[in-house]
This record gives sequence, structure tokens and C-alpha cells, in this order.
Amino acid sequence: MTDAWVPSERARAREAFRRAQHRRALLVAGVATAVVLAGVVLVVTNAPGWERARQAFFSPERAWEVLPDVAVGLWLNLRVWVVASVVGLAVGLLIAVVRTSRLPALFPLRVLATVYVDVFRGVPVLLVLLLVGFGLPALRLEWLPVSAAFLGGLAIVLTYTAYLTEIFRAGIESVHPSQGAAARSLGLTRGQAARRVVLPQAVRNVTAPVASVLVSLQKDSGLISILGAVDAIRAAQIATTGNYNFTPYVVAGILFLLISIPLTRLVDAWSARQGWRGQLRGVPGAGVLR
Amino acid sequence: MIAPGASQPLLSLRGVRKTYGAGEDRRVVLDGIDLDVGEHACVVVVGSSGSGKSTLLRVVDLLEDVDDGQVLLDGEDVADPWVDANVVRSRLALVFQQYNLFPHLRVLDNVTLAPRVVHRRPRAEADQAGLAMLEKVGLAHKARAYPDQLSGGEQQRAAIARALVSGPELLLLDEITSALDPELVGEVLDLLHALRDEGTTMLVATHEMGFAREVADEVVFLHDGRVHERGAPGQVLDDPQRERTREFLRRLR
Repeated sequence: MTDAWVPSERARAREAFRRAQHRRALLVAGVATAVVLAGVVLVVTNAPGWERARQAFFSPERAWEVLPDVAVGLWLNLRVWVVASVVGLAVGLLIAVVRTSRLPALFPLRVLATVYVDVFRGVPVLLVLLLVGFGLPALRLEWLPVSAAFLGGLAIVLTYTAYLTEIFRAGIESVHPSQGAAARSLGLTRGQAARRVVLPQAVRNVTAPVASVLVSLQKDSGLISILGAVDAIRAAQIATTGNYNFTPYVVAGILFLLISIPLTRLVDAWSARQGWRGQLRGVPGAGVLR
Repeated sequence: MIAPGASQPLLSLRGVRKTYGAGEDRRVVLDGIDLDVGEHACVVVVGSSGSGKSTLLRVVDLLEDVDDGQVLLDGEDVADPWVDANVVRSRLALVFQQYNLFPHLRVLDNVTLAPRVVHRRPRAEADQAGLAMLEKVGLAHKARAYPDQLSGGEQQRAAIARALVSGPELLLLDEITSALDPELVGEVLDLLHALRDEGTTMLVATHEMGFAREVADEVVFLHDGRVHERGAPGQVLDDPQRERTREFLRRLR
């Protein structure tokens, strides 16, 4: 069947009106953006210290010089980030399962998990870093690596696993009890129902908050620099000593952004591509308000 | 008591009592229910919302513990806490009012989950059985779809396929047409008629009096957690003896 619809006079008039409105919206947005940008540029460039600030923070030659060192430092951040993410996700999910399970044998672990989450969510990361970084080596355990990168990574894992545990727990509790009942009514045991029905939905429900924590983790991996590990921030700091040029910090900032922004977009695209998108699907469209 | 030699009903409830809450808020939902479902029989439970129909079915499927009384399956009291509830549940099948399909699994995987996980059948074999069951409920073409891509009637038929695939001894249906648009109710009821013709044993809670009249061997009217009136569908639905039953049926019209 071919669609022989020819828009009526009325439909064409409406379409023309909408196009005109759309053009006007683009124009307004463009002008507004230009005004704001011009304002910012004027304020900044007319600041009394602008010339000096520009040389100190935005020197292209200096940026080019320090780029290799900062990039090598960033490689350490990336490694810490990947290891901490993998450990944090796995252990976080495990602790969340332990905290929500009702097995009597897990009771001591449940208490331990609750205490752990309360403590590490409540203490600033910086403090955990200092305590782990300077406290653990003081024990003089021979089997314990004492490199700044290892201890710093450990401190970050401890803190972020606590965050991830709470997110996963919220995810588990967000799955409606009727899902568990349906699984049990089919004869699945408690454990089978958890693994096959509840956890897959729990993890999907919290993909977005988990991804945002992992992005935070990526940038907080820079905190290991305070223990002396030569990451991107520490490398930038070393490059600034002796001359009053802070361009290396800007370089480090841009490198962090180059990783975190695509990462966020990637996660968004990935969750949108999932065949199942949670409760959002099936809800009638919100429509477009005029 | 069952006389020796007499055929024993598949399911018998004896004096089943169930309450929710405690103290002041205590609510008696089932107040001494006696009920039998023989093999290949269809017992339909009717009653207002809150009369305990759903709780009755959930008690039989061991999704709720009873306060007192017996739930006898083939003569074994499965309400006893030392009975393995997982084994009992795998012999029964419950279909819910809100379907409760697993949204993260495709329709076929919803149907094959229990065969694969509970009955440990290999994937290929389970898929074959699952597809055959979907064919039966008219959904073979939706096997690869996700539940939220189906209409309400299709979701409920998928849920029925999921319940039937492991060959349950007793099918429990909890108001399975109540969440459907009127025009979708028919396709689900047609399927139930077909299952009745095959002799599937059923315990059904429903508001569909027409369906009850056509397929039920016995209709049980539940009121305030008790069996208020029971008998053949023609008797209970067309010539009720008690005032409450008449009032309930009047309001449905």
C-alpha cells in the first residue's frame, strides 16, 4: 500500500510556523551564548593580572615540554583506576549480597560489612590515605608492599568499595519483591533467585550511579600523589617547582578530562543500547509540551 | 479423614488459618479454610477483594507460612516447616495478576529459566520445550522479545507458558485477567479453556463469573476468610443460598 497523503494547506502552515520558531530558537541560543562568552572573555582579559596569569597557566611551550612527564604520570593513575575499579566492583557487589542475605552463617560477616561501610563512608578519603599510607608501613609487615602507589591504591579501594557497596545494596532493594516471589514460585532456591533474577536487575538499575562513582574514582586516583607516588598530579607538581609556571597543572587537568568525558559518554551509550531499560520502557511517552 | 481405597484429592486444605500483623493490627485473612482439589478438577474461588483469595493461593504455593491447619499435597502436609519448600514449589505453578515476568530476560529465557536452573535440563532441550510451550500459547513469534515489548494479554500468556513448561501437577491462577483490558481478557480465557480440555488441575481465583460457570467443577465463595458457600457453579452462581453470596453476585452485574 502506498501512502498517498498530501499535507493539507493547514498542515503546511503549521509546519512553516514550527520551522520559523525553530530558527528563532537557534538564533536566541546563539546570541545568548555569544553574550555570555564575550562577558567572560572581557572580565578575564581585563583583569589586572591577566597577562601574568596567561603566561603562568597557559604557556603553550611549557605545556609541550611537560606533556611527556605528565602523561607518564597519568599512566599510573590509569593503572590504579582500573585495578581499583575491578576490585571495588567485585568486592562491593559481594559485600552488598552479604549485607542483604539472610543466611545465619553469614551473620558475623554482615556485622563486619555494616561496620566497614559505616566507617569508610564516613571518613574523608584524604584521611584514609594518610592513615593507610603512613600507618600500615609502621607495622613493618614484611609481606606487605609499601610502595606509595600500592598503599594509595589500597586506601582508594577501601573508600570506594564502601560507596559501591551501598549503591549495589540500594539496587538490590529496588527490585520489587514480586520478582523474588515469581522466581521462588518456579522452584528456584533463594540463592538461585538472587543470582538469576534479583542481582541482574539490581545491577542494571544502578548502572548510572555506579558509572558516576567510577568516574569520580578515576579523578580521585590523583590523591595518591600526596603519598609521593609520581602520578600525573605529582609529575605536574615536580615540573612547577623552581619556576613560577603552573601550566603543568592545566595540562594534567586537560588529560584527566580527556579520559573522564568520553568515559561518561561511553557508559551512557552502553546503558542506552541495552535491550532492557528498566521501568522507563513501557511508560507512555511524556509527549512534547508546546 | 480419607477412607482407605478412596481416591485421595491432589490438594487438601484442612482448617487453614493465616493472619497478618500483630497485636492491635492483627488481621485474620484465612479463618479455617477446608478445600479439596481432585486430580484433573478445577476449583474456582470467588469473593470480594480482601476476602483472602490471593493469600489462599500463596499459602498453597508456600509463599506464605500458615498460622495453623494443614496443606496436604498428595497426602503430605507441606505446611510443615521441615518439608523442602523448593521441591513443593517446583511441583506447582502460580500465575500472578501482574504477570511478574522477569524484565531482563527474553520471553523464551523467562520460560526456560526453571527447566534450566531447577530441573537442570541442557539449554538446547529446555529451549525446545520452551518454544513448544510458547507455540501452544500462540507466542512463538515473540520468543526473542523482551516482556515490555508485549501487550498485557501476551505477557500473561507468556507467564502461563512459563508456569506450564515444567509440567506442574497443579496450576494456581491468581486473578490473572484482572489487570488486562477487556478485549485482551478473551485471549487468556481461551487459553484456559484449552488447558481445561486437556484435564489440567487448577485452583483459580477470579472475577470472571462466565469462566467459572463454564469450567469449574466446584465454586467456592470466600467471605471474611471463611468458605461462605460452595457447590456446583450452577448452584452457587445461579441459585445462591446465602444473602452475602447474592449480594456479591448482584454487585458484579
